[in-house]
Amino acid sequence: MSAVGVTNFDEMLKEDGSVRPAYADFRDWYDFQDKAWLKRQDAEAERFFRRIGITFNVYGSDAAEERLIPFDMIPRIITAREWRKLTRGIEQRVRALNAFLQDLYHRQEILRSGRLPVSALKNNAAFLSQMIGFTPPGGVYTHIVGIDLVRTGPDEFMVLEDNARTPSGVSYMLENRETMIAMFPELFTKIPVRPVSDYPRRLARSLRACAPAAYSGGKLPVVAVLTPGIFNSAYFEHAFLADQMGAELVEGNDLRVMDGRVAMRTTTGYKAIDVIYRRVDDDFLDPLSFNPTSALGVAGIMDVYRAGGVTIANAPGTGVADDKAIYSYMPDIVEFYTGEKPILNNVPTWRCSEPDSLAYVLDNLQDLVVKEVHGSGGYGMLIGPTSSKKEISAFEAKLRARPDNYIAQPTLSLSTVPIFADSGLAPRHVDLRPFVLVSPDGIDITPGGLTRVALKKGSLVVNSSQGGGTKDTWVLDE
Amino acid sequence: MLGRAANGVYWMNRYLERAENTARLIDVGFYLALTRGNKESADEEWRSVLTTTGQIEAYCKSHSDFSGPAVFNYLLRDKDNPGSVLQVMENARTNARVVRTSITNSVWEATNEGWMTLRDLLARPVRETNLGEVLSTIRRQAMLVRGALEGTMLRNEVFNFARIGTFIERADNTARILDVKYYVLLPSVAWVGSSLDNVQWETLLRSVAGNRAYTWLNAGSMDPKGIARFLILDGQFPRSLVFCYDKIRSNMAGLAKEYGHEVSAHELLRDAGAKLHQITIDEIFEGGLHEFLQQFIGKTIEIGSAIAADYRFIE
Repeated sequence: MSAVGVTNFDEMLKEDGSVRPAYADFRDWYDFQDKAWLKRQDAEAERFFRRIGITFNVYGSDAAEERLIPFDMIPRIITAREWRKLTRGIEQRVRALNAFLQDLYHRQEILRSGRLPVSALKNNAAFLSQMIGFTPPGGVYTHIVGIDLVRTGPDEFMVLEDNARTPSGVSYMLENRETMIAMFPELFTKIPVRPVSDYPRRLARSLRACAPAAYSGGKLPVVAVLTPGIFNSAYFEHAFLADQMGAELVEGNDLRVMDGRVAMRTTTGYKAIDVIYRRVDDDFLDPLSFNPTSALGVAGIMDVYRAGGVTIANAPGTGVADDKAIYSYMPDIVEFYTGEKPILNNVPTWRCSEPDSLAYVLDNLQDLVVKEVHGSGGYGMLIGPTSSKKEISAFEAKLRARPDNYIAQPTLSLSTVPIFADSGLAPRHVDLRPFVLVSPDGIDITPGGLTRVALKKGSLVVNSSQGGGTKDTWVLDE
Repeated sequence: MLGRAANGVYWMNRYLERAENTARLIDVGFYLALTRGNKESADEEWRSVLTTTGQIEAYCKSHSDFSGPAVFNYLLRDKDNPGSVLQVMENARTNARVVRTSITNSVWEATNEGWMTLRDLLARPVRETNLGEVLSTIRRQAMLVRGALEGTMLRNEVFNFARIGTFIERADNTARILDVKYYVLLPSVAWVGSSLDNVQWETLLRSVAGNRAYTWLNAGSMDPKGIARFLILDGQFPRSLVFCYDKIRSNMAGLAKEYGHEVSAHELLRDAGAKLHQITIDEIFEGGLHEFLQQFIGKTIEIGSAIAADYRFIE
């Protein structure tokens, strides 16, 4: 819901209806295609996805139900120049995130200096006392980060959210590209698109570079992907990444602690693992340290971790840095640790915990988006402009009862990208999640990322659980 | 590889084999029911199919009708039947999902597509008019998976566990089919030369896809002992008991080579395999065909359990 009267930035078309340079080559091709044939290709794509099993499970529904995230075949295109600026901004932000985590779990200089109030960490369940004073192998906290970006103008990308725990969606980035290449190979010979397919190899290399002290050398470090199992909504991605990395895909019941290592049960006995890329939340990682009823993790893994017997990626406790209360301080955090002005801006954010901000938010609820500090997935939020008076007043009561549980942001006029609709190309709102790998050797950003698109006309909600789809994302080569 | 993955690959292949064998049994039941003139003996054939698949007791709890459509719909798609082809294919596919990183994309896609195809095909009750199409689809989907395995998998431990699963299941299935019909093969003065005999014998061969092979090997002549020898002791016929055990042994040998040592299941197999190779069909009949088959089924289960334990399928 764009605010009425405001025009959104259209990534393909200028105001006068002419095509922007990023899309010029693509439109030359598209305008020449038989639209009936494109429709057939579209249907073919869905069959392809079903066959290879790129599905996600829906929580709360029949366990056997697997849905597809709709795929739109019109690529989202970013120029080399735009991408250069983005990568500098992302790199700066991810560097700051890691420095921030290192500081939070050690000297807490940022709190001492007063740049971040202690209250910002209040009620932050993601802060883990078990991590205090401990430095993860290689000094890396967030091996994999997803930075959610939105665009509001020709040169305006803003960070909507940092994902420092277990960002998902990278398999869609990879499969969307594979699908596009299979469907329209000629496009890729005509247009220089930067490849993304080496992401799994880069991920494997990045993880291996963070081997723990107990790694004995010789052979490559043993990497395993820890999944909650086939009923998890992202199981496809876990299996996909393990497969592409040549890593083992393990579940909690395959693992146990033996001789100070985490070991997996193989057909010939237990074998030590060096690096665990876990796709299990902190809370379920170790029943001895966290949720005692968890069957998804490994009893005692935290002790092994702290003793240098295994690397856990991402490190436990990184969630403290990506909650929405901390988000509002990210510009200060970036400046504090890098000494530079942030290259990527935040979306302006009101902290409802602050009385002045709360007053403003309450006065302007009909124009704002209000989010839970710890929420995710587009749930538990209020989108003022599209909500009824009744919904707004119901939300107001919740907000007044627990103001520090909320932040508020203006409704942005998000950019649009065309989708392939029945009527032809039609603009829809999008966001972008680039995937960032961090290792002691540096920060590695895969060109592009996952573009999520709100398929419903006018909708701003891109979450797959609420009618969102995905697109292939192209970064053009120089 | 992970013990859990070995377990998954093993069961994925057992289920695929089971789905195919169930389809073949239904096919034979259908063929017989058509060739039998009266309803009682047709129903008797369907009852015997249920006995062979071990589902007769469960069926009787909820059904009293032994007509073809009632029985084959139960065997193919009944939601309350955990042994239905649809459920068995879903089990195969679930196991394939669990071991996705151990199998090739081709194997996964063939399994997934097979399941999707059958799910759609079996969404509505099957009628006699489309039973043939359903059954041949099941067989074809199973063959596609087998072809993908054969053509794309590394010949390593994963492949070995897959094949062991296939042949444990097949050995068990062939033995059960024989056991339910063993009396057909027993010498009986009254039956000799009757046309009923011939139909029964042929049926038995058909239910393990062996009629063509047997006819070819024996120049068209049929006798009970020859059929029993063929199904139990023929080293060339891919569904005979000897053939299945030979395959299990060679795949177990592959594991021993890859891992550098043997496990208790090797010893068991060597013993059972040697006995199977030494025994003659006359000795089997002397000791009792039924007793022999019961012993064989028990031994196969024992071997399967030993493999699961030795290779740490579960904690």
